Amino acid sequence: MKHLSLVAAGAALAMFSMAGTVEAQQTLAQVKQRGLIQCGVSQSLPGFANPDAQGNWAGFDVDMCKAIAAAVFGDVKRVKYVPTTARERFTVLQAGDADLLARNTTWTMSRDTQLGFDFVGINFYDGQGFMVRKDLNVKSAKQLAGAAVCTQTGTTTELNVADFFRTNKMAYKVVAFEKNDEVLAAYDSGRCDVFTTDRSGLAADRTKLKDPNAHIILPDVISKEPLGPLVRHGDNNWGDVIRWAFFAMVNAEELGITQANVDQMANSPNPEIKRLLGKEGDFGKMLGLDNNWAHNIIKMVGNYGESYERNVGPKTPIGLERGVNALWTAGGLQYAPPVR
Amino acid sequence: MAVEVRGGAAPPSVAVWNDPRARAIIFQALALAAVVAFGLYIFNNTYTNLEKRGIASGFAFLGSTAGFGIIMHLIPYAEDSSYGVAMLVGLLNTLAVAAVGIVLATVLGFVVGIARLSRNWLISRIAYVYIESMRNVPLLLQIFFWYQLLGKSVPGPKQSIVFLDIFFLNNRGFYTPAPVFEEGFWEIVVGFVVACIGSFYLSRWSRRRQEATGQQFPVFLTSLGLIVVLPLLVALVAGMPFHWDYPSLQGFNFTGGMVLIPEFVSLTFALVVYTAAYIGEIVRSGIVAVSHGQTEAAYSLGLRPGPTLRLVVIPQAMRIIIPPLTSQFLNLTKNSSLATAIAYPDLVAVFAGTILNQTGQAVECMAITMAIYLTTSLLTSMFMNWFNASVALKER
Repeated sequence: MKHLSLVAAGAALAMFSMAGTVEAQQTLAQVKQRGLIQCGVSQSLPGFANPDAQGNWAGFDVDMCKAIAAAVFGDVKRVKYVPTTARERFTVLQAGDADLLARNTTWTMSRDTQLGFDFVGINFYDGQGFMVRKDLNVKSAKQLAGAAVCTQTGTTTELNVADFFRTNKMAYKVVAFEKNDEVLAAYDSGRCDVFTTDRSGLAADRTKLKDPNAHIILPDVISKEPLGPLVRHGDNNWGDVIRWAFFAMVNAEELGITQANVDQMANSPNPEIKRLLGKEGDFGKMLGLDNNWAHNIIKMVGNYGESYERNVGPKTPIGLERGVNALWTAGGLQYAPPVR
Repeated sequence: MAVEVRGGAAPPSVAVWNDPRARAIIFQALALAAVVAFGLYIFNNTYTNLEKRGIASGFAFLGSTAGFGIIMHLIPYAEDSSYGVAMLVGLLNTLAVAAVGIVLATVLGFVVGIARLSRNWLISRIAYVYIESMRNVPLLLQIFFWYQLLGKSVPGPKQSIVFLDIFFLNNRGFYTPAPVFEEGFWEIVVGFVVACIGSFYLSRWSRRRQEATGQQFPVFLTSLGLIVVLPLLVALVAGMPFHWDYPSLQGFNFTGGMVLIPEFVSLTFALVVYTAAYIGEIVRSGIVAVSHGQTEAAYSLGLRPGPTLRLVVIPQAMRIIIPPLTSQFLNLTKNSSLATAIAYPDLVAVFAGTILNQTGQAVECMAITMAIYLTTSLLTSMFMNWFNASVALKER
């Protein structure tokens, strides 16, 4: 897929050099006119963004795309998924081939400033970890001196692993592939001793290995990886739509609104629920959407907790506990500003 | 009379726009101005649009710290080196693959091309099957194939295949001892250089002698002996001013020595067998294009088949072979950018990949990468054109 990234870079080049480029505040209008949201997702990461045999996309990140489609169009099918590698994702967004990225992207300062993006929230608090074969008998990342490490190029992972081994004065060899599947195949074939990425990614990718039980994820967490959707810098309107689509899902969980009970909850006397579901106030209009925007999201996609449990929760093959991603009321970090 | 008048006097003055020469210059100047204006327009627009979106631009990023590791570097490189150094590492890795690939592909290509013309049925059929199968399968697939084959057919570091207790082959690479130079090593280098210069003058002397007297001198063997023996003698006299660093298994992997990583080996191998198929056909067509009368003339002068091929056919075939050979060299160099597919850190993978992504400066990174490939290709072309001119038919 290196050609795709080259094409994307070429497109970026062509795009930036055109006279009448997209003016900043137009993404929402363009999306409405197009009738589709172009959502940049991972190529294949079970639990987060993965197409099934029929080509239907599913996953935690895909739910983010669907939530926005529900808010804008009231129809979760109006999404064009743009699968991107870690390397080409930013160029794809910069060039306007995607309206947003919802693909396990770490919020960092340079991406927020120098790359010309805005991160709109953190929908998954993660950290980088290591996976090794059980028969190596490694119990801690500190025992990995001299190891060959497989990772994906153009990621924070690639930088963190360099920092980790430097800090601990350990030698290592990094083998960096462009596509996640290539990294995994190289690790599975024994090219590397260690596979490193965000711990959620490790859990997801372990299910794809030949013998998942022959591998363990080491307990060490070597970095902060706040993952969240991002948009081009400068289109604050569009950024607000994404941000509040996400907040609506978190608020819905906090208020006990679920996919199943949202229709009854619409008649609730609770003013917070009434505002969120569009029975009171004009909050949808403030975003440039219908007032039932949040109602649609919850009805069609579910609240934050439902999306989590369905895609990556303990009952799925990925098997990730809520941990720090629990609501603040349950001792976690997920906290959304109020709708008012 | 009229003729005389026209010939003697100055030409009648015409308007500038009716003068063909002036008109030609004006139109060329206008075309050039249009091209330059278009370029400036594109540049300005790009810059303005990048600025408007708050995307950083300019080349200052080349000085910032890279912060990532690269598995193969021919110059000193660490995580705290700059992006500029990382770019050089990638460029050198590209040039390494290209240089090794070009040499091996040329050798293999000549062998295959001549084998294809062999009167031995089996040899010419083998060469034929090789050429047709290699050049009809996409290169990217071949690279994947050799990489997978190499990865799956050799064992892990702990079960390495060992040769002579100092060479180790495993799926992390091929480990060999590395020479460590000590003080006084420069004497050996001097010996080598002296031997090379000596060989050059030897060959010149022998050519002049042959032109004058017709007597031949075994230049090749003598030069080879000189280049091998002289540095060796110097080394013995200087007391072997170097030692070997042997690879050894420590923890997960081998440390010490030199290593050829599997990515380098499979990429180079794939490029060589692919390009050699084309070179083989070029060599064959070059040889076939030399008129059979040349061979017959040489035979009638009493030359045996070996010298006929070497002294009569090949020199004439070279003039036909070199121009298409040049484009194969350029293809090999450019095809090495497929390295990204198997994690070989070449210029495209490191610079137009990792660095582009970490800095987000797509326009600058792609522009630099393209400029570097263009420069490399033009330099290769220049060298090959010079070489072509030197073997061209000298009409006397």
